Amino acid sequence: MKKLFALFIAILAASPLAQAEELQVAVASNFTEPMKAIAAEFEKDTGHEVQLSFGATGKFYAQIKNGAPYHMLLSADDTTPAKLELEGLAIPGTRTTYAIGTLVLWSAKAGLVDSEAAVLAKGEFTHLAIANPRLAPYGAAALETLDSLGRTAELRLKLVYGENIAQTYQFVSSGNAELGFVALSQIIQQGHIENGSAWIVPDHFHAPIRQDAVILASGRGKPAAEALLRYLKTPKAAVIIQSFGYKL
Amino acid sequence: MTGIKARFDLRYPGFRLNVDLNLPGRGVSALFGPSGSGKTTLLRLIAGLERTDNSYLSVGGEFWQSPATFLPVHDRPIGYVFQDARLFPHLTVRGNLEYGLRRIPSAKQDVSLDNLIELLDIGPLLQRKPDRLSGGEQQRVAIARALAVSPRLLMMDEPLASLDQSLKQEILPYLEQLHAILEIPVLYVSHDLQEVSRLADHLILLDAGRVLAEGKIASIMTRLDLPLAQSNNAEALIEATVAGHDPAYQLTQVRFSGGLLALPLLDLPVGRQVRIRVPARDVSLTLSPQTGTSIINILPATISGIAELGTSQHVAALDIGGTHILSRLTRKSVEMLELHPGLLVYAQIKGVAILD
Amino acid sequence: MPDQSNLAAILLTLKLASVVTVLLLLIGTAIAWWLTQTRSRLKTVVEAVVALPIVLPPTVIGFYLLITMGPNGPIGKLTTALGLGTLPFTFTGLVIASIIYSLPFVVQPIQNAFAAVEPRLIEAAATLRAHPWDRFTSIVLPLARPGFITAAVLGFAHTVGEFGVVLMVGGNIPGQTRVVSIQLYDHVEALEYGQAHELALALIGFSFVTLLVLYSFNRRIVSINP
Repeated sequence: MKKLFALFIAILAASPLAQAEELQVAVASNFTEPMKAIAAEFEKDTGHEVQLSFGATGKFYAQIKNGAPYHMLLSADDTTPAKLELEGLAIPGTRTTYAIGTLVLWSAKAGLVDSEAAVLAKGEFTHLAIANPRLAPYGAAALETLDSLGRTAELRLKLVYGENIAQTYQFVSSGNAELGFVALSQIIQQGHIENGSAWIVPDHFHAPIRQDAVILASGRGKPAAEALLRYLKTPKAAVIIQSFGYKL
Repeated sequence: MTGIKARFDLRYPGFRLNVDLNLPGRGVSALFGPSGSGKTTLLRLIAGLERTDNSYLSVGGEFWQSPATFLPVHDRPIGYVFQDARLFPHLTVRGNLEYGLRRIPSAKQDVSLDNLIELLDIGPLLQRKPDRLSGGEQQRVAIARALAVSPRLLMMDEPLASLDQSLKQEILPYLEQLHAILEIPVLYVSHDLQEVSRLADHLILLDAGRVLAEGKIASIMTRLDLPLAQSNNAEALIEATVAGHDPAYQLTQVRFSGGLLALPLLDLPVGRQVRIRVPARDVSLTLSPQTGTSIINILPATISGIAELGTSQHVAALDIGGTHILSRLTRKSVEMLELHPGLLVYAQIKGVAILD
Repeated sequence: MPDQSNLAAILLTLKLASVVTVLLLLIGTAIAWWLTQTRSRLKTVVEAVVALPIVLPPTVIGFYLLITMGPNGPIGKLTTALGLGTLPFTFTGLVIASIIYSLPFVVQPIQNAFAAVEPRLIEAAATLRAHPWDRFTSIVLPLARPGFITAAVLGFAHTVGEFGVVLMVGGNIPGQTRVVSIQLYDHVEALEYGQAHELALALIGFSFVTLLVLYSFNRRIVSINP
């Protein structure tokens, strides 16, 4: 009995739960795949252990405000890190843009969307999906794009709002919305667009979708946090980030 | 009304009802027998509440059932009184009474609801809900409800069985009144001989799903080959008329086909028809007319038959001017007096009760 | 006074819940009656299917509805062939999704109420010239009334509280599918806590008053028909 107990303690001691150096990182869900890849490389190169949590930025904000033990936040926008810093929940001077999102008009049907997005002018569709502009920067950018094209008034009634970019993607991929504004990172694999047809929205149609990272107050004095923040800017990370369709 | 012709062959596991009946189109016909004899099943079959192929039913000349047709229960012009009243709990008494009434065309309404209410004495109950009625009150309302639809055939399934003795005695007079007033035939199911002898004109004796005998009640009750005459409570019924009163002695005389009988004084007019019960145990025999005896009712009779019951008892059937009564005798008496069919004797009737 | 968008969400939710409750009372009555009367071997199968929405997570229901009602799913293909387009992102689509989601909460109370009506009373009605439909409306329905009230309350409340299913198939369109639960969720996500409180309190207040009224109505019936 005593032997079993000792074994139990030893296992506990050896498990990651006991590691003091483990880094808790909250990551915006749209950056899931790239971050997994980057974190793997980071662990290999530095030996630091990283624990990733994926989810909606708004939810992370509420959790952090209520004391959630994250050390770092990789946000989907640039406003949330700024807000956290203003409220004393993030370390000043640690805010940095780790990726810039690329907006794309996509349809699951091949040949529907051409490089001019003529389909928008023709208007021969019932539903156009965008992410909820109040909650998702990609949604706000989509509305800005429609404004720039001068098509907002005529297309407003066809709009369908996904709660987040992931649901928006789902609406379009299931065919329920014939087309929609999604993130490029959602539709590319190995550098090219998987299926359907797409128009990559040029930069000048909307304000840049900056995704900022920041070290949170509970990450103060953690070398791993600063290391990860620096690592995000390395060429190795840059290659990964860009391969997933983000800009820098 | 030309009567009811019914043929049913119903099989359940462990039970079979097989009857071929002709019932009169007037008066009360009682379906009588022990429990399990099939009398309720038969009643339900005639009502259309149970159904079997291989059946035939015609009522008053109309086909209700044949291998090719089946008139559903709600289209049969019947009134049905259940053993358990079955008043609708969400309606008042008046609502219950009007339930069926509202579903027949006014042309077919030949019963006045007010008359029924008065007949069954349910006036004060009209605004109450069924849960505020006693068992006897519920049953009276159920009877009125069944009659309110002006049925051409009234069917009653042991309506008094779930009531205690005093309630039964309370309701029987209402039923007897109905009997006198109604011109429609009534089918009455019961296992209680007392009810049946007070109410029925015609008796159908059932046992284990078969008809043992049917006919006028008085003759069925005195047939020596049937269980009724053989039972300890065997009795005979006499239809008589009030002939006169003797107030000095508090006696009433009634006349029947066999002569006169004296009963305790009755408050009934001369000429009124009455039904008399004569228990077999209260009839003894002598070979010669007795004088100096306290028994008043002594009548000449001919023995029409004698049956043995067990080792020591006999029952004899007596013919008094065409009316039959029974007498319970010991074997010793039979042998000592050398009683045999055809013998002229004197019947001494000690206890005579009027069925009222 | 709640602001425009909150008011619109409230009115839309009330409209959805009312429409769904009425439809479910009709559909539920038919299903409940069949279940009470049938002796078919299919009865337990149907009961299990009806009860599924109690057990399944609403997002699962919503997800599969999105697929089947979409252009590549069987229902979607049917609606397109009938010239009705597809049902996701429409009020009609929400009504259908809500009917499925709230079905057992309406069917089960009605079924229990029907089962409690004694068959011998229905038999008595038959002897009083009532044909089958008449027996149903004059005997069964009145005696089952408490069950209907429970079913209506549950169906209405369940639809008002619906979130997961609407989240999947609604598309959050103002005036069409942006119901209170979604609007509330958005307020919270967008950190508009003041608006969120306003909406939530309005919803709680309304629901409480409705329940009070309905239960006092039920109590009056119970005291008349103990």
